[in-house]
Parts: sequence; structure tokens; C-alpha cells
Amino acid sequence: MSHAETMLPALPPPPEAMKRYTISRLIGRALLGVWLAVSVGIFLFIVDSWSPEKFAKYGPSFLSGLRVTLTLVAISVILGGILSLPIAYGRMTKNKVLSWIAYCYVYFFRGTPLITQLFLVYYGLGTFRPYLEAVGLWSLFKDAWFCALFTFTLNTAAYQAEILRGAIESVPRGQHEGAAALGLPKGVAFFKIILPQAMIVALRPYGNEIILMIKGSAIVAIVTVFDLMGETRRAFSRTYDFQMYLWAAVLYLIMVEILRNLWAWIETRLTRHLKR
Amino acid sequence: MQAAFAALSSIVSWVASIIDPMCGPIGIFRLFAQDTLLACGDTGWGDEIAHGFLITASLAICTLPIGLILGFFIALAKQSEEKSLRLATNIYTTIFRGLPELLTLFIVYYGLQIVAQQMMAAMGYEGPVEINAFVAGMIALGVVFSAYCSEVLLSAFKAIPRGQYEAGDALGLHRGKTMRLIILPQLVRIALPGLGNLWMALLKDTALVSVIGLPDILRQTGIAARVTKNAFEFFSIACLLFLILAMVSSLVFSALERWTKRAEGAR
Repeated sequence: MSHAETMLPALPPPPEAMKRYTISRLIGRALLGVWLAVSVGIFLFIVDSWSPEKFAKYGPSFLSGLRVTLTLVAISVILGGILSLPIAYGRMTKNKVLSWIAYCYVYFFRGTPLITQLFLVYYGLGTFRPYLEAVGLWSLFKDAWFCALFTFTLNTAAYQAEILRGAIESVPRGQHEGAAALGLPKGVAFFKIILPQAMIVALRPYGNEIILMIKGSAIVAIVTVFDLMGETRRAFSRTYDFQMYLWAAVLYLIMVEILRNLWAWIETRLTRHLKR
Repeated sequence: MQAAFAALSSIVSWVASIIDPMCGPIGIFRLFAQDTLLACGDTGWGDEIAHGFLITASLAICTLPIGLILGFFIALAKQSEEKSLRLATNIYTTIFRGLPELLTLFIVYYGLQIVAQQMMAAMGYEGPVEINAFVAGMIALGVVFSAYCSEVLLSAFKAIPRGQYEAGDALGLHRGKTMRLIILPQLVRIALPGLGNLWMALLKDTALVSVIGLPDILRQTGIAARVTKNAFEFFSIACLLFLILAMVSSLVFSALERWTKRAEGAR
């Protein structure tokens, strides 16, 4: 029986397969190059037109604009959430009149642009000034900030009602039947069985709705509310410096990205029992 | 040749004026609002608002193909194996989905103006350069639409099983043909509801372009409101016109959906 006396020397590893230089790689590199060029260009532009006085003058007003945007969105989302409950109920009830009213409400606010609704409230309600003065609401509707809050609340209530309705209807029938089989009363079944499952479905659309509201709130700048966009426009109209818009863009992007990541984290946290 | 073109365009405008739903011979404003503020012609605002309606609709319709085509290629890039391509397109969608549409519009409008000004200055032309509001609106809305559209198409691509591509290979179709004959028809069917939502959002976003001076529905009704001091009526009309656009497009989309699903019914 023959056997090897010496071990074979270790072979060098095979040469790495040449990666083909595909067209998609060429395009990808080119696009990354474009982004790099754009960011370098913007950086140079900002460095070129940078002045500490401008920063000291308009920096605080940007921050106050940011605060206005955030409070406006926060209050309107919360109030809209409360208002959305009866609307969602109306959308799901068997009562023809109620469901028709809720449907029309939702259709109107989802079918027309937010900016048109805002104009309708801010400029349009001026037509009814005598009546509003009679009931003492004119001092509220005279204020652009309140008009924006009012419009946003009504608008987001329509969207949130649809989110809620969709989520509740996405819970399978068997869950209702299971609760009924256990002899649970309707109310307990809704709050302990249906709603917790519906809220997990509704979580992501709610996050998207808040992001949409942050982005949509930029239009209040047109009706003289000095939110982030309004401050930007004011600063731009005084300095004619384009970098104001770029700063606003950065701030908006940061806000949206923080919210998006926060929401992703909440979602993974809340659905960890569903992970297989 | 030019005479033929002139004749053709005059015929087209004549037909358009006949079937004009607002100020034509059988238009709503002509029939029901003759002696009111909405009358057509010099006495009322009917024809101005009708023109605004046309501009809003044409802006949305012109933006749609740009956004769809751009979005399709971005969706293709996003599922490519090439890392740099994915990174570049992800930056694009993150930026344009995160920015408010109004801000995108301003950045495009003023930014293009600055760029054009500098280019003209470099070529030796000194003077004011103005960017057309319609074009700026088309670019800004098209970019935003393409960013959202790529997400919708990407998830539709993911819903198509691998076996469909393999079947295309097995039949000896090359990649373009597999895409055109096998993947695209299914893609349209899956993505249509999402695209319908995006189209509605696009229609609503066109109202923002009035801010940079495009005479669309909102701007025309706003001028009418300022002049006549009947703000509530005119902005209600603006809302109503947008609702009509939304209704018409939801009818079109449900018809489209039926049409793309026609093969499923027969099965």
C-alpha cells in the first residue's frame, strides 16, 4: 500500500474572479459622482456666501420658525386624532345618514388641496365676519395661526379617520367571533381584542400622516404665519441669499428623518411578538 | 404646409371651444351663471377660471409621464445588484420624499433662475432671466412624483415572483423583451392602486404652483376673490373644481383597473 511521504505544499488561493465592469456600475458611479459634485457645489456655495452676521441675525428666527411648525403640527395631529374618532365611527356605522355625512366630509378633505382649504378658511370666512363677530369667534378666525390650526385639524381628522377605519376593518372576522364565543361584551371585545390589533396596523400610516403634516405645514407661510418656511421666505426676501432655502431644506430633512427612524424603532419594538 | 398647420390648430381650438365644459356653448357657466360673477367674457370670471382649470389639468398631465418614466428607472436602479446605484437612488428618494413640496418648488424655481443667470452671464448676456413657472412646476412636481413612484413600483416589482423572469429566460426571450411582455403587464396591474393615489396627490400638489405665479385654478379664483371681495364663493368654486378633477380621475382609474384585470376575470 502506497502512501504519501510528504505533504503537498499549500496552493496559493485562486485568483479573484475579475468583476465585470457593467453598465449599471458605470451609471451608479456616475450618479454618485453627480451627488458628490452637487454636495461639494452646495458646500462651496455656502462657504462662499457665508457671513456670521447673517447667521446671528437669522439663525434664531429659523429656530423660532421650527418651533412654530412643530407646535402647529403637534396640536393639529392630536386634535385631529380626537376628531377622527366620531368620523371613523360614522364611516363604519350602519346608519345611512351618519355614514353619508362622514363619507362626504372625508371625500371633501381628501379630494381638495390643503392650500385651497386653508384659503377657504383664512380668506373665505372673512365673508361671514358679521356673523362670526356676533358669536364672538372673529378674534380667533382673524388670526392666521389659528386658521391654519383649524384647517389642519379638520384635514388630518379626515385622513386619520380613514386610517382608523381601514385598520379596524383589517382585523379578521374571526377575532370578533372568538370574542363573542368567549362571552365578552361588545365594548370589552373592542377595546381588549380589536383595537390593540388594529393599532399595530395603523401605526405606520399614522407615522406617514405626521410626516405629511410636517411637509404640508409649509404652506402656512403663504398666509403670513412665520413657521420654518415663513421665516425662510422672510430671510430670503431680505437677503436674496439662496442658501436660506438650503438651510430650511436641511432642517426639514432632519425632522422627517428623525421621525421616520423613530417610527421604525417603535414599530419593531411593538411588533416583536409577531417576529418569527 | 404652414397654412395647413394653422387650419389644423384653428379646427382643434374650435372643437375645444365647442366641447369646453365651462364656457363653451353648452358649458356650465354659460348655461347657469350668465348674469352672475361667473359669467364668461368680460363681465364675469367664468372664462378666467376655466382657463385656470385647463392649466391645472395640463400641468398634472404633463408631469405624469416625466414622473412615471423617471420613477420606473429609479425603481430598476433600486433593485440592481450594484451597490453604488442603489445608494445614489436612495439618496434621491430620501431627499425628495423628505422635503416639503413647496420648498422643492421654491428651490427649483429660484435655483434654476440663479443657475440660468450665471450661465447666461458666463456667455456674456447681462439681464434678467426668468424661468417659466409651468416648467419649474413640472420639474419640481415630476421629481417628487418620481421619488414616490419609484417606491410604489419597487414594491410591485418585489411582488412579481422570480419564476416569471425564469420563464422568460426559458422561452428564450432576451431581457428587454421579458420586461416588456411578461413583467410590465403584471407590474401595471399590481402598481395601479398605488399609482392612482400618487396621481391624486399630484393633482393636489399642482395647486402649490400658483404660489410662484402660474395662473391655475387657485390663482385665478384668488384674483377673483380679491377683486370682488367674495372670497368664500370663489374658493368654494376652487375646491369644487378640484373635487371634480378627483372624481373624474377616480372614474378613469377604476376603468383602468378593470381593464388591466380583464384577464383575471376570464380565468
